[in-house]
Amino acid sequence: MANFYTDNPDLRHHLNHPLMRRIVELRERNYTDAEKFDYAPLNFEDAMDNYERTLQVVGEICGDLIAPNAEGVDHQGASCSDGRAHYADGTVDNLKACRQAGLMGMAMPRRFGGLNFPITPYIMAADIVSRADTGFENLWGLQDCAETLYEFGDEDQKQRFIPRVCEGETMSMDLTEPDAGSDLQSVMLKATQKEDGTWVLNGVKRFITNGDSDIHLVLARSEEGTKDGRGLSMFIYDKRNGGVNVRRIENKMGIKGSPTCELVYKDAPAELCGSRRMGLIKYVMALMNGARLGIAAQSVGVSEIAYREALAYAQERRQFGKAIIEFPAIAEILSVMKAKLDASRSLLYECARFVDMYKVLDDISKERPLTAEEKAERKHYNRLADALTPMAKGMGSEYCNQNAYDCIQIHGGSGFMKDYACERIYRDARITSIYEGTTQLQVVAAIRHVTTGTYKALIDTYAAEEVRPELASIKERLATLTDMYVAAIAAVEEQANPQYTDFMARRLVEMAGNLVMSYLLLLDANRNDSFTASLNVYVNMAAAEITRHAEFIRTFDIAQLPYYLNK
Amino acid sequence: MSLNIIVLAKQVPDTRNVGKDAMKADGTINRAALPAIFNPEDLNALEQALRLKDAHPGSTITVLTMGLPKAAEVIREAIFRGADGGIVLTDRPLGGADTLATSYSLAQAIRKFGNYDIILGGRQAIDGDTAQVGPQIAEKLGLPQVTYAEEILGIEDGKVTVKRRLEHGLETVKAPLPCVVTVNGSAADCRPRNVKRLMKYKYAVSPSEKAALSEEQQKFVDERPYLQLREWGCADIDADPQQIGFPGSPTKVKTVENVVFTAKEARRLENNDEQIEELIKELITNHTIG
Repeated sequence: MANFYTDNPDLRHHLNHPLMRRIVELRERNYTDAEKFDYAPLNFEDAMDNYERTLQVVGEICGDLIAPNAEGVDHQGASCSDGRAHYADGTVDNLKACRQAGLMGMAMPRRFGGLNFPITPYIMAADIVSRADTGFENLWGLQDCAETLYEFGDEDQKQRFIPRVCEGETMSMDLTEPDAGSDLQSVMLKATQKEDGTWVLNGVKRFITNGDSDIHLVLARSEEGTKDGRGLSMFIYDKRNGGVNVRRIENKMGIKGSPTCELVYKDAPAELCGSRRMGLIKYVMALMNGARLGIAAQSVGVSEIAYREALAYAQERRQFGKAIIEFPAIAEILSVMKAKLDASRSLLYECARFVDMYKVLDDISKERPLTAEEKAERKHYNRLADALTPMAKGMGSEYCNQNAYDCIQIHGGSGFMKDYACERIYRDARITSIYEGTTQLQVVAAIRHVTTGTYKALIDTYAAEEVRPELASIKERLATLTDMYVAAIAAVEEQANPQYTDFMARRLVEMAGNLVMSYLLLLDANRNDSFTASLNVYVNMAAAEITRHAEFIRTFDIAQLPYYLNK
Repeated sequence: MSLNIIVLAKQVPDTRNVGKDAMKADGTINRAALPAIFNPEDLNALEQALRLKDAHPGSTITVLTMGLPKAAEVIREAIFRGADGGIVLTDRPLGGADTLATSYSLAQAIRKFGNYDIILGGRQAIDGDTAQVGPQIAEKLGLPQVTYAEEILGIEDGKVTVKRRLEHGLETVKAPLPCVVTVNGSAADCRPRNVKRLMKYKYAVSPSEKAALSEEQQKFVDERPYLQLREWGCADIDADPQQIGFPGSPTKVKTVENVVFTAKEARRLENNDEQIEELIKELITNHTIG
């Protein structure tokens, strides 16, 4: 009888952020849907009440069904036979419950059968689902793909496919191939247009999460003779038409309930989504940004469960006549775990709100021309969302791995055995810093926001906010740390050496991340005293990290670069 | 064939997590200390009803509950999970009823409702644990009854096929409709609340709940018939005053005692077949097992 939403007051704190009022008003177009749909909200309070109640349902299903199923799903895993992938029994039950509860297509407009939720409460559901079963979050979270269909599909495609997703059909994004992983420009899957104008797909995809889904978005080479990203288009493949088989599924370290498929396309009928040649450069980039936010949520869910498992064990396990949590060495680990969890969660929801703001304005722009202010606002939030997405994904996934490691450490020898959930959490966590772009690629996406000043400008807006007097000293400390960040950027830029900038990029992005998360926790603590402990712990850690990176950059002799780069 | 299904549900104190303050000094339940919930086995019954509705499109599920006016919460909860509507049977004279008076009152309500093919309910409620109300209703209405149902396998040719969970195994039986089926806790869990239904019906109220709303809110409910839950009192079910509430309840509680189970004796056996076999024989002889 657990509820993973109501047992975690931090979630309600983030759901009730001041910016939500504006997001919801835009999203609901001033609540005009209420005339057409009996489940549409009447006003802001009603909408928030809907999110709250829906998250309670998510929390209940997660606490009572999905979390108890997680161990069985991990043991049984997905399987493959006769060209199809099969879910574990627990996964089948989980999906059924999510369908019955109507938790698919949450962010889709009502006219397609969706709930028209903003991204923020949807991402909160993902955070909760991931805590219950990280691998299941993938299957459920692939409803994200409907967002891409909604943004780039034509009206007919939207009407045919999106209602099916809202009814509970699953999706997949078929991008990776044996020779095209991080480098998607090398995709070779061949799309051929027949004389009647229809398309067929031929070739192989690999590492496709939920690859036997009902509706696939497929990246394929539509322009014969091309070799780069501009020859790629996006296609929709409907499983009902046949033509794609699962050759095998991967035997993975974690998220075993989520089948990772190798797909063979044999004259598989497909339809073009959007314009030719825009597949990678526009649609997949949008798809990936949504997916990265999803992995950031998944990572926070992992951090949450890792922290909870560690805390429960430390309170229960007795050594030397007392619970081990009473030893400072153990208590400190738990404090740092909680601080990383809270910091990455604050960043996650800040990012989700920014995504909400620019996406909703973008959507409105299809109905009416935006005002000049709205256009500026869209651009502003789009840029912030682009800056925070790789940071939330990159650092959030690294933190959840660290938390999973510490969770095992707190369990001691027992943590190394298969008897406790922590070993599964440790294995499940590992993929988060790899898929949808490794941490290293997140740094590549984020570094331009260091050099162009997006992060600094954001930090300045945080610094301009008033805080309670008791938080003033922390705020001053953050100002000093910001100066160190600015000096480090200047030192790197002074070299005017792209290779050197690449080499230092991770350090600069991490410094920016430490600062952004410190400020977000400061504002959280300003609004809600329960964040004060994590604020203090996180800022101490951030100060040490920023100082370490600043010192490394300050003392680094560029003549040493070959020692690192020439192998 | 579409069905008219009645589900009997009861709002009960959550006795599964009982703390020290669960009982008052006089031995009665301290309802204030225990959250009111949907009786768990009634949820199992609702799931069987929802499956019948899935299999027989066009069927309607009406939930009937007797209790305080706030028992309307149970109706809303059932609607969120897929029921079509419900009736709260509430009236001061109905209070203090034992199983006899309860089954009389519910049977009267069912007669009044009239059109039904099957009546489902949980095996028993977790506050009283009597398992009597379902069977008594069947007797009063002159209907066949199937108890301890674990799964309704189907309805065909006017007959329902039910798998029963018995102490030593399973039994599959058929009964002609209309009939009463009481569902065991071992049956499938109830499906979750559907969030669209939750958003649509969250403002559904019974007349006595509506009376407490603002004028504006009342107007909102008046404009939307689907938000209006039915509420019946004694007069609506033509109840005989002598058969309801306290007057209709022959059961009188004299005292309530706390029972603490303690082991009377302990015996130590050696780890060998001989001694274990001897113990088993002894336990069979004195009917502890077997």
